Amino acid sequence: MTTTAVSEETTETGRIPALLRSNTVWTLAVLVALFALFAVLKPAEFATTFNIRNVATDSAILLVLAVGMTFVIVTAGIDLSVGSVLVFSGVVAAKTMVALGGTTAGWGGIALGALAGMGSGLGWGLVNGLLVTKARIPPLIATLGSLGVALGLAQVITGGSDVNRIPAKLANAIGYGLVAGVPWLVIIAVLIAVVFGLLLALTRFGRHTYAIGSNAEAARRVGIKVDRHLIKVYALSGLLSGVAGVLSLAHYTTTTIASHTSDNLSAIAAVVIGGASLFGGVGTVAGTVIGVLIPGVLRNGLIILGAQRFWLDVAVGAVLVVAVFFDQLRRRARERR
Amino acid sequence: MTEPLLEARGVTRRFGHVQALRGAAFTAYAGEVVALIGDNGAGKSTLVKTLAGALRPDGGEILLDGRPVHLTDPVDAQRLGIETVYQDLALAHDLDAAANLFLGREPTRFSFLHVLDRGVMQRRAAEAFDELGIRLPDMSAPVRQLSGGQRQCVAVARAVAWASRVVFMDEPTAALGVVQRKQVLDLIRRVRDRGVTVVLISHNMPEVLAVADRVEVLRLGRRVARFTAADTSVEQLVSAMTGGLDQEGAA
Ligand SMILES: Nc1ncnc2c1ncn2[C@@H]1O[C@H](COP(=O)(O)OP(=O)(O)OP(=O)(O)O)[C@@H](O)[C@H]1O
Ligand SMILES: [Mg+2]
Repeated sequence: MTTTAVSEETTETGRIPALLRSNTVWTLAVLVALFALFAVLKPAEFATTFNIRNVATDSAILLVLAVGMTFVIVTAGIDLSVGSVLVFSGVVAAKTMVALGGTTAGWGGIALGALAGMGSGLGWGLVNGLLVTKARIPPLIATLGSLGVALGLAQVITGGSDVNRIPAKLANAIGYGLVAGVPWLVIIAVLIAVVFGLLLALTRFGRHTYAIGSNAEAARRVGIKVDRHLIKVYALSGLLSGVAGVLSLAHYTTTTIASHTSDNLSAIAAVVIGGASLFGGVGTVAGTVIGVLIPGVLRNGLIILGAQRFWLDVAVGAVLVVAVFFDQLRRRARERR
Repeated sequence: MTEPLLEARGVTRRFGHVQALRGAAFTAYAGEVVALIGDNGAGKSTLVKTLAGALRPDGGEILLDGRPVHLTDPVDAQRLGIETVYQDLALAHDLDAAANLFLGREPTRFSFLHVLDRGVMQRRAAEAFDELGIRLPDMSAPVRQLSGGQRQCVAVARAVAWASRVVFMDEPTAALGVVQRKQVLDLIRRVRDRGVTVVLISHNMPEVLAVADRVEVLRLGRRVARFTAADTSVEQLVSAMTGGLDQEGAA
């Protein structure tokens, strides 16, 4: 080991590498390059307000799931249940709204339905947190269990067929509505990303989330209430899945029970493309936003280029692996030992 | 000597089939450096963890200022002014040195939002490292990127910065080069001169005799001997550790 005398100049130049070292800058560069590529190839179709709004809307609900997933992955956990909890929460919200007036329900009924949906999500998150901390079941298994149970119960509640009679007001405002040309869905998702991004980056709660993912035993020894913190993190992921359930209900005006089986993997992929480590301790919400947009832009661009649908999954899967591969290379180059 | 500051009596602790502590005793007086030595697996780390609140003993008593204390977690010990450099360092490797120094005790602003006060943390961490003569190449780098010795320095700095009564150091010099080792030993003396008791675990006998005022020897989970460092030789220590000497009998 060396006693490097740190002079002023080394600390100065230390700043530039710090920026280049950051994962977010590189993934942002990839996103911009991808965007530029499609914009050059198909300017008339790709680089239009209409299309960009489409990409953003399609990504909004996934982003809400991925923000919660970021916290979970930073603690070195995983939440496979997000898609099922989304469906379950959507079903509870829909049933409540139908009972309170269906398509003609007023804002009161809509609010109660939305609260019921978010409450269900929070409930599932708490269940996951308790299973992981108190019952000591590994997160992969605990959330795989709630994945099955939540989806099964959603089908039991609905008898297997989607609930369609969603309040028109909800669909028109939140589902399709625009504010100054920006869809409500996007505004809500961005607000959630900003609020929870700041929570993770700037607060003690965020710092403890990183500490637990880095070394849970060390966190315990300095007095961080690790179990309580993990329960909060899984509860947050559940709550955001509930929010996503309500947003999905508003956008598709139906519960879409069958179409969320791969949401969990999409959210995990987004978080990992965004630079988080599945070993915990590393990851940011800013990275996750980019991680949601890269596959989103890629899919959209390939469709516009006329690629066959099957190739989309191939491309997105390949991007995930390539992103993680380059991330590993950079990490290895950076580490001294 | 006077009344002990910290005392353990008849502490037992079992891990599955391994009886790590079999009625271990330990005594530390105010303002001294006391070395705790013993062979690999003698139970030194286990004893320190029980005294630091990181591990609950199966039986026995822990007394601070002559009064029994129950340490249910490390925070209990920290509140009493007891800090620990664990053998595994217990650092969060993805966080930087300042974050580790303040881990679990982060100063915050806007009280109910608990926004980290990074400025205060950076400044006070820099002061703490300066005081110990520790120079890190990059204060903003995650601890993972530091060398083993630098990491050990961070763990030592954290414990020393917060301790007001006792610091346990479980092999704090194990990964250190000659210069750093000397710095840590100087630091141990300085901490003692500040009135804080230092409990040093080390396998390096000359180092132990150089810095410690007293030496306590653990063998197979029991204390077998106590020495005053000034009139003890390395041979005597080795003989106590390996079984040639048992002052305290098999009571
Ligand atoms: N968490 C644990 N689980 C199981 N066994 C343990 C655990 N911690 C310690 N032990 C056992 O207890 C005994 C004492 O271990 P301890 O770490 O206290 O020894 P030590 O004196 O610190 O040794 P060293 O000098 O190698 O650090 C050993 O036999 C060890 O295997
Ligand atoms: Mg040990």
